[in-house]
Amino acid sequence: MSDKFDVIIVGAGPSGSAAALTLAKAGLSVVVFERGEYPGAKNMFGGVLYTPILNRLVPNFWEEAPIERHITKRRFGLLSEGSEAAFEYRCEDFNTSPPYNQSFSALRAQFDPWLAKKAEEAGAMIIPETVVDDLIWKDGKVCGVKARREGGEVEADVVIAADGVNSFLAKKSGLRKAFTWNVLAVAAKEVIALPRETIEDRFSLEGDEGVAMEFFGDAVAGMVGAGFIYTNKETLSVGVACTINAFIDKKIVPNDLLERFKAHPSIRRLIRKGETLEYSGHMIPEGGYNQVPEIITDGLVLVGDAAHLVNASFYHEGTNLAMASGLYAAETIIEAKEKGDFSQKGLQGYRTKLEESFVLKDIKKYRLVESWANKNPKFFKEYPDLALDLLKDYFTISEKPKETIQKELTKKFRSKIKLLRTMVELNQFRKTFFSS
Amino acid sequence: MKIAVCIKQVPASESKIRPSADGKGIDPAGLSYVVNPYDEFGVEEALKIKEQLGEGTVTAISIGTAKVSEALRTCLAVGVDQAIHIQDPATEGSDGLTIARILTAALQKESYDLIFFGRQAIDDDSGAIGIYVAEFMGLPHVAGINKLKILAEDYRAVANRQIEGATEVIETALPAVFTCQKELNEPRYASLPGIMKAKQKPLTVWTLSDLGIAPDTVGSGHAKVTEDQLSSPPTRSAGKIIEGNASEAVSELVRLLREEAKVF
Repeated sequence: MSDKFDVIIVGAGPSGSAAALTLAKAGLSVVVFERGEYPGAKNMFGGVLYTPILNRLVPNFWEEAPIERHITKRRFGLLSEGSEAAFEYRCEDFNTSPPYNQSFSALRAQFDPWLAKKAEEAGAMIIPETVVDDLIWKDGKVCGVKARREGGEVEADVVIAADGVNSFLAKKSGLRKAFTWNVLAVAAKEVIALPRETIEDRFSLEGDEGVAMEFFGDAVAGMVGAGFIYTNKETLSVGVACTINAFIDKKIVPNDLLERFKAHPSIRRLIRKGETLEYSGHMIPEGGYNQVPEIITDGLVLVGDAAHLVNASFYHEGTNLAMASGLYAAETIIEAKEKGDFSQKGLQGYRTKLEESFVLKDIKKYRLVESWANKNPKFFKEYPDLALDLLKDYFTISEKPKETIQKELTKKFRSKIKLLRTMVELNQFRKTFFSS
Repeated sequence: MKIAVCIKQVPASESKIRPSADGKGIDPAGLSYVVNPYDEFGVEEALKIKEQLGEGTVTAISIGTAKVSEALRTCLAVGVDQAIHIQDPATEGSDGLTIARILTAALQKESYDLIFFGRQAIDDDSGAIGIYVAEFMGLPHVAGINKLKILAEDYRAVANRQIEGATEVIETALPAVFTCQKELNEPRYASLPGIMKAKQKPLTVWTLSDLGIAPDTVGSGHAKVTEDQLSSPPTRSAGKIIEGNASEAVSELVRLLREEAKVF
C-alpha cells in the first residue's frame, strides 16, 4: 500500500488535469492515473477548443499552450449528393489579439500532455500507462482505487473520476446506469497534412487564423450528425460524428462514412493532396441534461465526459466544460478539506457550481437537442435534399422563362412540404436551439 | 556484483517516422519515445541477476537531452538502483564511436562486473556501441545473448547465443560486456510503488567535464561517420481493379502482367 493522497484523479484528459492543476496549486497531494501511454494518447475531439476556463487555469495560456489556429470563421454547409449551400460568418474582431475569440483549433495529442505537465509542475504526480480497475470502499464511502499494477491499491480522501465517456468508475460506483444508443455519438477523424500556405490559400486565411467548418445532410449520408473540417497550422482535422443509433439504422461503419464524406465533391477539393497522418475514433456523450447522472457520492465526484458534460448544440462544446468541471470539483474539494467533510453532502458545492455556471445552464438550455434530433430525421436528410434541389432548379439556366421555373418550384415545394406540419417542426427546431 | 546497463531512448516502434526537413535525420514532431526494447532485456537481466545473487547494484546509463530522463525514470520504476544521465549539449550529433567513448569514460568511473547493452537500437539499428565499448575497455564481449548464467564463485558467466541452425554456448571471464537479444527474458512491469518512488528519486547528471572529456572532441564536428541522407521508402502505388467478366478480366490480367508488370 502506498502513502495516502488527498485526491486521486483517474484520467489525465482536460477535466482530470484541470482538477489536478487546481488542487496541486492549493497544496493538496494529488496523483493522476492515466491509462494511455501518455496523457492524451487515448483522447480525441473534433478540433476546436474554447478557452475561457483554460485562461483561468493558466493565465495567458496562448504564450505557451500547443494551440494551432484562432478561429475567426464559422461555416455551416448543407450538402446533397452533388451540391452544397453554405452559410459563413467571419469577424475581424476575432482576429485582433490573444485570446481572440477564446476558440482555437488544437490537437489533443499535444494539448493534453501540456496541460498534464502544468499539473505536474504544480506538484501533482502523473502516472501514465496505468489502468484503474476499481474503487476501494470503506464503510460505504469511496476511499481509494485499485490500479492494475503490483501494489496498485492507493487511498485518498476523494477520488475524481475523469475517466471519460465510458467511465468505468461511474458505473462501478452505481452513479450511472448503462447507456442507450441514442445518447452517444461516434466520431471518426483523420488528421491530414498539407503545407501551411496551401491551407491558408485554400481556406482564405491569413497568418494563424483558422476556420471551423461543419457539414450536414449528405455530408453524413443524411444521418443525425455532421461532418467537420477544422484548420490547424499544417494539418486539417477532418471527420464525421453521428449518433450510434444512426450508424445502426444506416448499417454503415464510421470509417466508411468518413471515406464517403472525404469523397464528396465539396470536401475532396478541400483536402486534395493531403497526407493522412493519423486516424482516430471516439464516442461522445451527447445525451444532454437528462443524461447527466448523479455526479457526487461519498468520496467520489464525476467530471468531464464521465459526467456527460457535453453541449451538443451548434457549439459542439465539451473540452471547455470538462475543464470547468475539473476546476469546480477541485475548488469544492479544497473547501471540503478545510471542513474535513468529503461526504456527498460535503461535496455538494460541486453540483451547485455547475448548475450556477454556464456548464449546466447551457446543457440544460439545449436539453431537447438529443430527443429533437432523434425524432426529426427529416432535418438531416429530406429537408436538406429538398432545399438543395430547389436551389438547383432556381439557378439552372435554360431557355425556360423564369416565371415557369418559379411556378414549377412552388409546385415542387408544395408537393413535398405539408406546410402546417413543417411550421410545427420549424417551431420545434426554434424552441430546441434558440428559445430561452 | 555491480551491474551497468546502457540504454537509449528511441521512437516507439508504432511511430510514423518522417524525415526531417533537411533530410538528415527524423522529424521528432508527434513521436512518442520509449526505452529501446533490446535494452529493456538488459535491464531485466540485470535485475534478475541482482535478485538471484541477493546482492549488488544495477545502474542505468544514458546519453542525451533532458527528454532522456523519462527513459531513465522508466528504468528506476522497474527497480534499477541508480540512473546516470550524461547530458551535455556538446554531445549533439556525435557518431557511435564518440558515444562509445563517452560511455566508456562513464563506465570506468566504477568497476562494473557486468555491462549490458541491447544488441541494437531500433532506431538506427547500428548495433555497434556495445562492441566499441568492450574494445575501449579491453573487456570480453558476447553478442546477442538469449540466455545467461552467472557463475558467481568462479567469477565467470555462461551465455547462449542463437546462430544459424544452432545454439552457441560461450563461457567468459568477468567483467564482460553482453549485448541482449530477444528471448533473454520477459521484461517486468513496474509496480505502482516502484513508479511513485522513481518519480522522486534523483538522477545523477554528468556533463563531459565530469568525465574528463573535452567538449571540442565530441559532437557532429568530430563524427567519423555521418548520416548523409534519410528518406522514406517509396510509397506503394494504388492497386488496379480489372473490370469485366471473368474470362475478359483474366486475359486482361495476363496482358498487364506481361506488358506492364513484366513478370514473364
